[in-house]
Amino acid sequence: MSKILLLQGNQAVVEGAIAAGVKFFGGYPITPSTEIAESLAERLPLVGGKFIQMEDEIASMGAIIGASLTGKKVMTATSGPGFSLKQELIGYACAAEIPLVIVNVQRVGPSTGQPTSPSQGDIMQARWGTHGDHWLIAITPASVPECFELTLRAYALSEKYRVPVILLMDEVIGHMREKIELPDNYDEIPQAERKQPDCAPADFKAYAADESLVPPMPPFGNGYRWHVTGLVHDETGFPKGAGSATKAAADRQYHKLYDHLDDIVQVENYCMEDAEYAIVAFGGAARTAYEAVDMARKEGIKAGLLRPITIWPFAENEIQKLAGKVKGILVHELNRGQYVYEVERAAAGKVPVYSYAKYDNEPATPAQLLAEFKKAMAL
Amino acid sequence: MKYELRLSGTGGQGLILAGIILAEAALLDEKLAIQSQSYGPEARGGASKSEVIIADEVIHFPKVTKPNLLLAMSQEAAAKYSHDLDQDSILITDSLFVKDVPAFGGKVYELPITHSAKEELGKGLFANIVALGALVKLTGIVTEASLVKAVLNRVPKGTEEANKKALTVGMNLIK
Repeated sequence: MSKILLLQGNQAVVEGAIAAGVKFFGGYPITPSTEIAESLAERLPLVGGKFIQMEDEIASMGAIIGASLTGKKVMTATSGPGFSLKQELIGYACAAEIPLVIVNVQRVGPSTGQPTSPSQGDIMQARWGTHGDHWLIAITPASVPECFELTLRAYALSEKYRVPVILLMDEVIGHMREKIELPDNYDEIPQAERKQPDCAPADFKAYAADESLVPPMPPFGNGYRWHVTGLVHDETGFPKGAGSATKAAADRQYHKLYDHLDDIVQVENYCMEDAEYAIVAFGGAARTAYEAVDMARKEGIKAGLLRPITIWPFAENEIQKLAGKVKGILVHELNRGQYVYEVERAAAGKVPVYSYAKYDNEPATPAQLLAEFKKAMAL
Repeated sequence: MKYELRLSGTGGQGLILAGIILAEAALLDEKLAIQSQSYGPEARGGASKSEVIIADEVIHFPKVTKPNLLLAMSQEAAAKYSHDLDQDSILITDSLFVKDVPAFGGKVYELPITHSAKEELGKGLFANIVALGALVKLTGIVTEASLVKAVLNRVPKGTEEANKKALTVGMNLIK
């Protein structure tokens, strides 16, 4: 049985978190993500979970890393200023391979920026916000139902690959309310499971991986003892200064994700079958793009939308294929131009790539996007 | 069918809640609806708007671009949010607050929304529900049964009768 509700994107994330089995949230509320903390504070105690409002965003990351080490599914939620503060420990979570989910409901930045206005300005920060070579996953919902589904998916990916997953939202999707159909109870929703060691505690090597390259991760307090560090470590988990250890750690952390792009990278194709011109847009900006494509089609223009759902790793193959198929690509994003350079790189000069960057507090209307699209494609 | 409404006024007048109730009433009618809002950093005061789109088919873009109806419950909102009205649009104002009605060539209903809430219910805070009663009576955009149900789903326990009366007061403002 299911129920039909009118929910905000942020509230659908909370439902997704409860359905995924999240038992711990450590956070510090910030607009436009506050509803996530607010609702989880209410919901978590009812399912045997814990909610802690920490003293700041850095401590929030520390808290969820610790809670994840005990075997729980964990979440924190924030917006740009908090996301900046979390970066140091996001790097730690990458290095120590701690599964966790960070929700970033983007607002206009940099710094305090425009707290209540939508933006997609943290695209590159989601990938490269923390220092050093590192690999993680970022996914972006474009509807309220997708907020629920992608929250579940964030845990599936995070637990499977032992990697931080960023649910990269924006204010448009976080705050709008639309129809969602949710199951009456979440008991039948499959729960993502962390791989467990099949050896005795005495033989356990914390970072020894099989061919999946993902090491098993027993919860603390269960007899398996291991050392967790942000220093480069070998398979014992203890720091190792050798160059070969640095290279081995980086290679394994890269390949554990990038050998599985088919499993990780998702895009939606809208009206793409016979499309001659494409818009690439994601999250809140995609909502404008669907309608602009519909309007273009009514004018007889064969337009389509490629919507990256997985933002990182980048949809390399999908954009390459797109560049081989259409006459031009327009990237529409709510920032001054970030993702467009990735698309341009993957298109590799095969077709012209244009940018419609919008960064004035308001999402583009479909008519504005259509006008920019026609201008770019000289239609 | 696609109908776009913008409910605007001052932060604290309950217009975001009014938008949510209207969208939920539309879902009860088995239509689709999207509600979105925009507001400044203030919790009270400052121009605030809540937008609702009701349609039979999927709604992609969540913001209002061609308002069929604007509700303005403050002078600032009437000025700020009326720029895209056209001759087919309807403007409802709260006559207690909006003295200077913007000219746009369409129909205007100057209604004593807050005044009636105070007079007949004893509290101005019912103004948002009075306004919903009036705009649904005027447009028929959701059924009255769904509107009542949606209001009762959202209001605090013990205030059901007063809110039902507020809807009736609003409906009676439309002759």
